[in-house]
Amino acid sequence: MAILDILLFPDLELKTVSETVTEFDEEFQQFVADLDETRLDAPGCVGIAAPQVGRFQRVALVDVSANPKHKNNGFMVLVNPEITEWEGYKKGREGCLSVPDYTGNVMRATSIVVEAQDAKGTMHRYECEGFEARAVQHEIDHLDGLLFLDRLVSRRNDLFKRKNYKK
Amino acid sequence: MDKWFMLTLVGEDRPGIVAKLTHALYEGGCNLGEASMMRLGGNFTIMLMVGFSGKSKALIDVVSPVSESLGLHLHIDEINAALHTHLEPDVRISVYGADRPGIVSEVTGALAESGLHILDLESDVGGNKESPIYIMHIEGHASEGVDSLRAALTLMKDRGIETSLDEIDTLLG
Repeated sequence: MAILDILLFPDLELKTVSETVTEFDEEFQQFVADLDETRLDAPGCVGIAAPQVGRFQRVALVDVSANPKHKNNGFMVLVNPEITEWEGYKKGREGCLSVPDYTGNVMRATSIVVEAQDAKGTMHRYECEGFEARAVQHEIDHLDGLLFLDRLVSRRNDLFKRKNYKK
Repeated sequence: MDKWFMLTLVGEDRPGIVAKLTHALYEGGCNLGEASMMRLGGNFTIMLMVGFSGKSKALIDVVSPVSESLGLHLHIDEINAALHTHLEPDVRISVYGADRPGIVSEVTGALAESGLHILDLESDVGGNKESPIYIMHIEGHASEGVDSLRAALTLMKDRGIETSLDEIDTLLG
């Protein structure tokens, strides 16, 4: 087991689009274990993606179960994940291991269906809501070279003034 | 080593204030930190952390030509500050009601007694002249938990003040 080094923005490697995983061998499974150990080393961290540790493969881990208030699927290994259904959207606050000391508001779908393989290549289908759905979308963005910084909306102006329309 | 200064500038709004000010600061060797700038009632207001190696007198010399030409009041304080020390908000509170004197004092007084540390507050007056409405958004840190804040806000309803509270669950991923 090992704790891996986290890439920090402005390291532009974080903007890399990651490759599909094709080998589900022992080395890969060890990497998934190391990746989760790295996540758990960061207090409060609910997700991590392989490119955050410089391995540009489509692997994301999400586990929001530490706070029982959040409806969850437990520990999810998402290899080659695809979001197949989306519904609703809501603003929420996000931060990132790769962007220390900054949090910002991001719009995310409130419920999604994600299909992904696990560390051994078996397909799974997960229905995610709320905080967990947000975490999955945040991590899958990393696989496409996107950070939450790419999706920020203003912290202010929750209410927008109505435009004055001409009669 | 740079020291931090807080620059406060206020004056009649016009296009180009930020560009001209920040150009002068850049030319003067300053480094910018956290900032809040907004238009309030036809005035443009700037609160800006500036890192600068000289004394405040030298910084005034950098800024005053541009602040005077733009008609902005300038105030400079040397501050004991640092970047990368954010206290994260964990609660967002919205308040609205028919405008009358005392709303902010009543609401923030009750919240402060219940452990709220306000980190960000913005407010506006909408409606029309005959029946103005006051709207306020607060983000803060609930040092005694959100239940005590909820209890404090419940009491506002009888005073004609509508409130809502959302917990901010910051995702770290």
